[in-house]
Amino acid sequence: MPSSMPGRHRLRFRIGVGLVVAAHVVILFAGFFAPYGYANQNRAFPLAPPVRLHLVDAQQRIHLRPFVYKLRHRPGTFNEYEEDRTATFPVRLFVADEKTSGWGIRSSRLHLFGIDAPAQIFLAGTDGYGRDEFSRLLFGGQISLFAGLLGAAISLSLGTLLGAFAGYLGAWVDDTIMAVCEIFLCVPWLYLLLAVRSLLPLHIEANAVFLLLIALLGLFGWPRPARLLRGVVLSAKKRDYVTAARGFGASNFYLLRRHILPSAAGVLVTQTALYVPQYVLAEVTLSFFGLGVSEPEPSWGNMLAALQQGYVLESCWWMFAPAAALIVMFLAYHQILSRHAPDAPQI
Amino acid sequence: MGFLVRRLFRSLFLVAGASVLSFAIIDLAPGDYFDAMRLNPRVSRETIAALRSEYGLNRPLPVQYLSWARSVLRGDWGFSLAYNTPAAPILWPRARHTLFLSATATLLAWLIAVPLGIWAAARPGTWIDLATRGTVSVLLAVPELVLALLFLLFAVRTGYLPAGGFVSLGSTGPLWVRSTDLARHLVLPTVCLAAGMLPLFLSHVRAAMIETLGSPFITAARAYGIPFRRILLRHALPVAANPLLSLFGLSIGLLLSSSLLVETIFGWPGLGQLLLEAILERDFFLVVDCVMLAALFLIVGNFIADLLLYLNDPRIRADS
Repeated sequence: MPSSMPGRHRLRFRIGVGLVVAAHVVILFAGFFAPYGYANQNRAFPLAPPVRLHLVDAQQRIHLRPFVYKLRHRPGTFNEYEEDRTATFPVRLFVADEKTSGWGIRSSRLHLFGIDAPAQIFLAGTDGYGRDEFSRLLFGGQISLFAGLLGAAISLSLGTLLGAFAGYLGAWVDDTIMAVCEIFLCVPWLYLLLAVRSLLPLHIEANAVFLLLIALLGLFGWPRPARLLRGVVLSAKKRDYVTAARGFGASNFYLLRRHILPSAAGVLVTQTALYVPQYVLAEVTLSFFGLGVSEPEPSWGNMLAALQQGYVLESCWWMFAPAAALIVMFLAYHQILSRHAPDAPQI
Repeated sequence: MGFLVRRLFRSLFLVAGASVLSFAIIDLAPGDYFDAMRLNPRVSRETIAALRSEYGLNRPLPVQYLSWARSVLRGDWGFSLAYNTPAAPILWPRARHTLFLSATATLLAWLIAVPLGIWAAARPGTWIDLATRGTVSVLLAVPELVLALLFLLFAVRTGYLPAGGFVSLGSTGPLWVRSTDLARHLVLPTVCLAAGMLPLFLSHVRAAMIETLGSPFITAARAYGIPFRRILLRHALPVAANPLLSLFGLSIGLLLSSSLLVETIFGWPGLGQLLLEAILERDFFLVVDCVMLAALFLIVGNFIADLLLYLNDPRIRADS
């Protein structure tokens, strides 16, 4: 980070990096941080609102440990809930779960928090199958965020490679690569993505879809970074120190690796911060359309798809949780970007 | 003129390239429209083979491409298997609706972005500048998908505006009744699309204007005592417009992609919806056509941007 950066931008940059790292750690260890599995259904409690954490009980006694009440149906209804105030259930930390195993990524034998048996802790309510929305949000983040990260990694490395070749070798290699770039860029990305997705069977296994999405995002996103890198390489290869190194007999590969690509590092960091949110959004969009990860596997996209039902949209505000998560992630990434391009967003 | 001719040839090359690309990608598909029919025990294998050869699906890829390209040039745009007609009559109304929605939204976004951006650039650091930058960062962080869902929620909750569709069912009557109906349906998707593009436009207008206002010829103009408003509009804006015209061309790709989302959420019968339906039906010619039309819009839009650049910038005219 350049030390000349004004203090305000440095602070924004640090907040952004901190938020992004924290979110990724929590989401990576979703098995530990989430109280339930992503597919645990409670058919008795569909579309229940978030539980309320209390400190003061019905008898006006103050508890030091936050507690919740058990949820029950309001008599005579099937979709309205109320608290059963007869017994309190304190929130416990580091709850062991004998039924599951694992290291805290997809499942865990230890959870950060939990609650005793008949009551349940739905921090962000439940979805239509009575699955804990908070747990699904974390597990869904694994798919959405890591598809974005890996997709961006693939397309940036592919773009760097091709862009560097084009810029460095010049002549017909440059012309060919740039022409192919332009052809890719003249198909709007979502259309291209959908068209490619349409190649494959509609219903495939979740793991396969996840890998497929990453591959698609990665393989079709290379033209933009390639163009950018080409420009950087073109200007770097005319520098005196490059000419000097070549005079000393340095090979092409050495020149690229040692002298030319390092000057592109700053551009690459900015591009990563710019691409990851876009790729996360691409995954979310595909899953929203039902062309991405399918049930019961959660992704922020297929969780948002529930909002296409009028009733859910109108009366279940907690189902917007993945949208809130997306906005927070985007804001965090934009703080990182503020370092290089403080105000002008790029396309 | 040389500049425009070069750009025209480039556009033609891109159209050809995009058509090959979209056709090749889509033809790699392992399955086809007749997959569902294969599961039906009452349809014999010979019937399916006969149907496939009737529609030319068993021919090698280059032959299929050429016959599709010929049919595009003839104006048929291939054959929709699901609708069992040439694709063109299905495509045109959809393409028109997408174009209508996108054009309205772009117009709205520029109409807000240009005055607001100039105002913010003319008074950097004041409340209007801060408000503009705040709007930009907030809108930038809200994905279009979320924005569309929020607008939909607004429509459903308040009932002021229709929550989806293109025209009300059974909407008849004199022209003005039908146009008000259309306008009411247009409001939410347009505002949603425009809000998605606004931060991009706004920040670029502001940045371009600030850069231009800092250059020596503006200082000279102010020293001559030319009124500031005149400097802004007659001296600075045409210079700042160059990057904005390029941005206009670039933004069309984004616009079409987000309009696909917005169309689906608001049930606007455009190309995006047609593409999704065609994908689910595995109606491949229709998929190719939709992708191709989207690419065509983008290429034509970029050419228009080049044309505007040519008209605006005397240096380009002098060069060629």
